[in-house]
Amino acid sequence: MMAEQPMPLWEVFIRSRTGLAHRHVGSVHAPDAGLALDAARDTYTRRGEGLSIWVVPSSAITASDPAEKGSLFEPTASKIYRHPSFYDIPEEVGHM
Amino acid sequence: MYSQALNERVEGPRVVEDPGKVAAFEARIDAEERIEPNDWMPEAYRRTLVRQISQHAHSEIVGMLPEGNWITRAPSLRRKAALLAKVQDEGGHGLYLYAAAETLGVSREELCEQLLTGKAKYSSIFNYPTLTWADIGCIGWLVDGAAIMNQIPLCRTSYGPYARAMIRICKEESFHQRQGYEIMLTLCRGTAEQKAMAQDALNRWWWPSLMMFGPPDAESQHTQQSMRWKIKRFTNDELRQKFVDATVPQGHYLGLTFPDPLLRFDESTGHWRFGAIDWDEFKRVLAGYGPCNRERMAARRTAHAEGAWVREAALVHAEKRRLREQAQKIAAE
Repeated sequence: MMAEQPMPLWEVFIRSRTGLAHRHVGSVHAPDAGLALDAARDTYTRRGEGLSIWVVPSSAITASDPAEKGSLFEPTASKIYRHPSFYDIPEEVGHM
Repeated sequence: MYSQALNERVEGPRVVEDPGKVAAFEARIDAEERIEPNDWMPEAYRRTLVRQISQHAHSEIVGMLPEGNWITRAPSLRRKAALLAKVQDEGGHGLYLYAAAETLGVSREELCEQLLTGKAKYSSIFNYPTLTWADIGCIGWLVDGAAIMNQIPLCRTSYGPYARAMIRICKEESFHQRQGYEIMLTLCRGTAEQKAMAQDALNRWWWPSLMMFGPPDAESQHTQQSMRWKIKRFTNDELRQKFVDATVPQGHYLGLTFPDPLLRFDESTGHWRFGAIDWDEFKRVLAGYGPCNRERMAARRTAHAEGAWVREAALVHAEKRRLREQAQKIAAE
């Protein structure tokens, strides 16, 4: 056994309803993109969960390192003036 | 359908972990954070998960065999369509779980080989034969019932991809138990012969179903560590008791009796007490000596071997098309 060539891996994203983003649901093995779509349909949408499917070669994904989230996202943490609560508006003015 | 808490020792070289990293990891577990594929994790956590998730996946795949036997013999078109959909779901569940295991750095080919060479275990329950149509009712009612009891807490397991796979599985599986109980109900309301068939199936499936939760807590080597890491949320015995409490009244509603003379309701605790489980039988079946172990493995090996040309042809075809497209592009330039 084991002499077989490994089957390429694809990440599967499904849009469940109009207006929603495609969301990662899992992965499938398939020889090419067309068959990966078919496999994703049979594996992840047996109950009509999807309006559309994306398949992406797993090897094409570059991920950030969660261990470095501190430095990666540091610019957001220090910019509290991006949030509405940073600004004082008198109560009499009402909700803004 | 289900993972069995087998709790055997996780093999592999001993890894000395960085205590600082372990402490940070355990703090995340304590804070109910989900661990994701690229996060640092202790080697023992990774190995435990690979073993548990892949055993679970193998069980889904092998679990298609005893029920698949009855697709062509289902008594009506309605039953046949439901059984076909259920078996198809089990295949899908196996694939979700293999995909979750692969995020831990093990390949599909390795997982598949571990099953086919007998290195990996799958649930003992699938080594029992399905002799009559009532067995299909019992599998849905009892085996899927036990699986659901085991799987619902796994939706909150600490490893993200496993938890997400379990959420999908639990959602899809809710019809499996209901279709099984409906089969039992129909048989029990039928002729005396049909009811006897239902009783016979319950007699054969009851004890193996209780064994699905794995060895008693006292003998379970890894329960504590798995609970500490929140891979498991309840012990084997806790889940078994929940299952018995939920299932016994359902059986009585059918007008059936359980093959356990010691089964009685304990007023003081509100639990059903049951007799001793034959753990020797459990160990024999796991070791490969159950009624159908050889048949199941032979069926899987044959299916894998007979599918080899399809996998090979698909890859060659994909490569041929890629080269053709490349040549056309070059020609166009």
